[in-house]
Amino acid sequence: MSALVIVLVLLPLLGAAVCGALVKGGRDASAKSLGFGVSLVELVLVAVVWGLFDPSAPTRFQGESSVEWIPAFGVSFSLGLDGIALAMIALLAVLVPIVIAYTSFTSAAERFPDGPEGEPRGAGGFVALMLSLQGVLVALFAATDVFVFYVMFEVMLVPMYFIIGRFGGARRQYAAVKFFLYSFLGGLIMLGSVIGIYVASGTRLGAATFDWAELQRLAAQLPESTQILLFLGFFAAFAIKAPLVPLHTWLPDAGAQAPIGGGVILVGVLDKVGVFGFLRYCLPLFPLASQTLAPLVLVLSVIGVLYGALLAAMQTDMKRFVSYTSIAHFGFIGLGIFAFSQQAVAGSALYMVNHGISTAMLFLVVGMLAARGGSTQIADYGGVGKIAPVLAGLFLLAGLTTLSLPGTNSFVSEFLVLIGSWPREPVYTVIATVGIIFAALYVLWVYQRTMTGPLRGEAVVGGGPGAATARALAGGPGFSDTVDTDPPDAARRARFGDLSGREIGVLAPLVLLIFLLGFFPQPLLDVINPAVSATMSEVGVADPVGPNGVAR
Amino acid sequence: MGVPSQITAAALGVDYAALAPLLILFVGAIVSVLIETVLPHHRRRPVQLAVTLAVVVLALAAVIVRATTGAADVVVLAGAISVDAPSLFLWGTLLALAIPSVLLLADRSIEPGGVFLPDPEALAAARDRVGALAGGGSDTGRPGAGGSRGGTGSGDGGPAPEMHTEVFPFVLFALLGMLAFCAANDLITMFVALEVLSLPLYLLCGLARRRRLLSQESAVKYFLLGAFASAFFIYGVALLYGYAGSVRLSDIAAAAAGPLRSDTLLFGGLALIVVGLMFKASVGPFHTWTPDVYQGAPTAVTAFMAACTKVAAFGAILRVFTVAFGTTALEWRGVLWAVAIASMVIGTVLGITQTDLKRMVAYSSVAHAGFLLIGCLAITPAGLSGTLFYLLAYGFTTIAILGLVSLVRGGDGEAGHLSGYAGLAQRSPVVAASLSFCLLALAGVPLTSGFTAKFAVFSAGLADGMAPLVIVGLVCSAIAAFFYLRVIVLMYFSDPAPDGPTVSLPGPMTTVAITLGVAVTLLLGVLPTAALEWAGAGTFLG
Repeated sequence: MSALVIVLVLLPLLGAAVCGALVKGGRDASAKSLGFGVSLVELVLVAVVWGLFDPSAPTRFQGESSVEWIPAFGVSFSLGLDGIALAMIALLAVLVPIVIAYTSFTSAAERFPDGPEGEPRGAGGFVALMLSLQGVLVALFAATDVFVFYVMFEVMLVPMYFIIGRFGGARRQYAAVKFFLYSFLGGLIMLGSVIGIYVASGTRLGAATFDWAELQRLAAQLPESTQILLFLGFFAAFAIKAPLVPLHTWLPDAGAQAPIGGGVILVGVLDKVGVFGFLRYCLPLFPLASQTLAPLVLVLSVIGVLYGALLAAMQTDMKRFVSYTSIAHFGFIGLGIFAFSQQAVAGSALYMVNHGISTAMLFLVVGMLAARGGSTQIADYGGVGKIAPVLAGLFLLAGLTTLSLPGTNSFVSEFLVLIGSWPREPVYTVIATVGIIFAALYVLWVYQRTMTGPLRGEAVVGGGPGAATARALAGGPGFSDTVDTDPPDAARRARFGDLSGREIGVLAPLVLLIFLLGFFPQPLLDVINPAVSATMSEVGVADPVGPNGVAR
Repeated sequence: MGVPSQITAAALGVDYAALAPLLILFVGAIVSVLIETVLPHHRRRPVQLAVTLAVVVLALAAVIVRATTGAADVVVLAGAISVDAPSLFLWGTLLALAIPSVLLLADRSIEPGGVFLPDPEALAAARDRVGALAGGGSDTGRPGAGGSRGGTGSGDGGPAPEMHTEVFPFVLFALLGMLAFCAANDLITMFVALEVLSLPLYLLCGLARRRRLLSQESAVKYFLLGAFASAFFIYGVALLYGYAGSVRLSDIAAAAAGPLRSDTLLFGGLALIVVGLMFKASVGPFHTWTPDVYQGAPTAVTAFMAACTKVAAFGAILRVFTVAFGTTALEWRGVLWAVAIASMVIGTVLGITQTDLKRMVAYSSVAHAGFLLIGCLAITPAGLSGTLFYLLAYGFTTIAILGLVSLVRGGDGEAGHLSGYAGLAQRSPVVAASLSFCLLALAGVPLTSGFTAKFAVFSAGLADGMAPLVIVGLVCSAIAAFFYLRVIVLMYFSDPAPDGPTVSLPGPMTTVAITLGVAVTLLLGVLPTAALEWAGAGTFLG
């Protein structure tokens, strides 16, 4: 299994290199198919690893492997999986083929900006960047060496930076630079702590090391004052990445300007690195500091839940809307992690997966809508349900899983977070619960404005930014003249177009997962729970919830 | 003065094996001067290039042989030169950096005839040729004619006039000075070496074929400020001699540890010496010459200076701090904290405002000097090895960057202005990718040498209780990332200007130099173990 984990890292990187070479050679189409194939193979391999993973194994990590890298710094390239890491890698493996398929085999790539000399930019480069990002992220989740984690944490910015900067919307340069600088700043603050814990391990353990297990043992020896300083360094990076509220301003820009496929991975997986970092690094390595500073994180999380929801409701751009809903959801995840109960932490870990699926669904549906209307402004749409009923239905489903309707995947995790947080943090739990109402508000309001009611909006009835597309579909130059005459519904449906078979195929796996995890989350929880229990014992806090689920 | 009485006749015997790199360079430089007088001008360049490269490679081989055979550390020439593990690492670094520098200096494929001022003889010959061919129509770049555009009109008649080949002996002498500078075991040797390395550099700076006024201005500025710095340095030496009764570094340390004397002389002397050293290392606030000289000097010279001078200067700083002032570090370190912080902040903040790439590199070098100073101030083995590794990594990255800068050319020589880099990735993806990679290395992104080096230096600083300094360093790195990133944004995401600069196809020599720089940057980022081990092989010999 350890060899398989290494293959999981190397395969996408290799695929990216080959795709890059193909794109350079002008063979965009073969790059796209090859990239899609590689991502499918990766998915199969992840499924194999999932099958080999033994939830009842006594060790913290499975499939461990270690190669000495920089002995002078005590660094070795060590990989290993626990349940949470495996779940994140699986989420990534599911999303990447979907994103590649959406970008390569639907009309999404037509919306990429042209190159400087006016030539259209094919999706091949996007596929190569996406695969390299996947390889880096797998290594990041599987790293059991803090130095390797840090390296991957910084390196993952580079492909994402180019994905946003090359394939994004009108203000992509600004968004890409803002994204990079924010994350890089956080990373450098974390570097301070990484060096700090390295130096501390040198003085207290005898030999300086970056090995996660060694450093976890060190945690018992570190005084609380040192732990707090080191915790804050890691926390700064993760809070920017997650993002928690005062540090979130890059996400709406990056999310709105990224191409749809990039946005899915950015918000769905890349941001999870922040909360993953809380679970894997902040809690086990600095248990005392985590307990002392928990109120800080809880306050920020709860603010995030409410503030993100309110701002989401006020957005006029659908991609920014999705980004802000994510900020609200990250608040829930943060609340669950720092409530220190088995249920809440497991709920948060589950939420990380579920939010990835829900956000991917929402982003993709928004992307498909925007591909038709040529705009992401909410005000440009109205009554789309009449002319594209499948699109509207899937939009509604994506919205409902975002607001955590029972029966969809998000409900399970949100419920676990709230019920698990209640015994220890009743006040924060009550406030966060209000966020659920806001969630219903922002989702349903957006749905109502875009999908229901009479046909309206520039993008739908022409004359707006999407008019060119609409006119091309209509096949006549005089389209805008026909607005007043109100052509029959059928003709307009043909112009706007409902989802194609390919687009439905892209969304189908997500729909399946939404209901599967909504009704039957136990297999996923079985994988996550041992890692959660281990984290709980590393923090050293008694679980406030009894084995039968009743608060003590 | 300064020769301790215990030196006997036996100790004066010269250890030729230990001194081999210095001697090879010295002989090579003399031979190079002789070639200059003997050969006719049109045959000088290939011979000079071959001799220079051979000398540098030979010296490098001597260093490697000595380092790998594990010869004992010795102090030779009556205590003047200390051949110890850090010396060997610094020598190896200097000579290794000299190879790509010389290749850049000698390249003629980018600028016809080479980047240097044409040789007067060659110029006259070319003018005769043109006169014979075209009836003497064109203004073939009389020296000084039009100031900044001398020597540009020669493309229409025959090959461009050959450049001054004196640059090769200059480089060899400068290298000799650098090697002696960072291995000097007493302050007088250090001062002489400082002058030996400085004088050729002053000349080299003023020899640009294009933009000659800017080049000459930079040379004058460098010379005047450098002379000031030298004066500071020698005055500091005088004070320290008054304090310790000797100029040997170890005697100063012994005097400081001995019976009580006036600290005024000690710290006054240290302060003045530090001014001289910081000037050479372009540490802020003694950096004011750096941007002008980096911009005005021919880019190949800038590369040589930026990489090698920094190595030599920081080698000397390390040695002085460790050997002479290591015992009194607690008393003076606070002041140098301020210098390091000033350097990092000045470099990053002013770097943001630059619009010329070479000036930007100059300010970035000021910021990097601040980072390097953190390693120097940690007077520990980790600090020493970290700083040495940083110098090696930084040198190669800088040479690669400046080599790439020399390729992007507008109508009037290099396109220094940042706007010239807009859309570069479209026209020359390889150049853009290499430049981006090197800029990311300067920013300290992992998997580049810049990150490994920063990590080594910062961890040494933190381990030695300099947490505030390290935090300032990290924040400055984050700010500096902005201006490196701005260039990458320009190259990749902007549309090229229609009449923008072109990218010259580099000749084999420039290609080799750039490839070497990029490869080392990558190698030291991914597999730094061997270099780190060599850097940590030993400590200074008193």
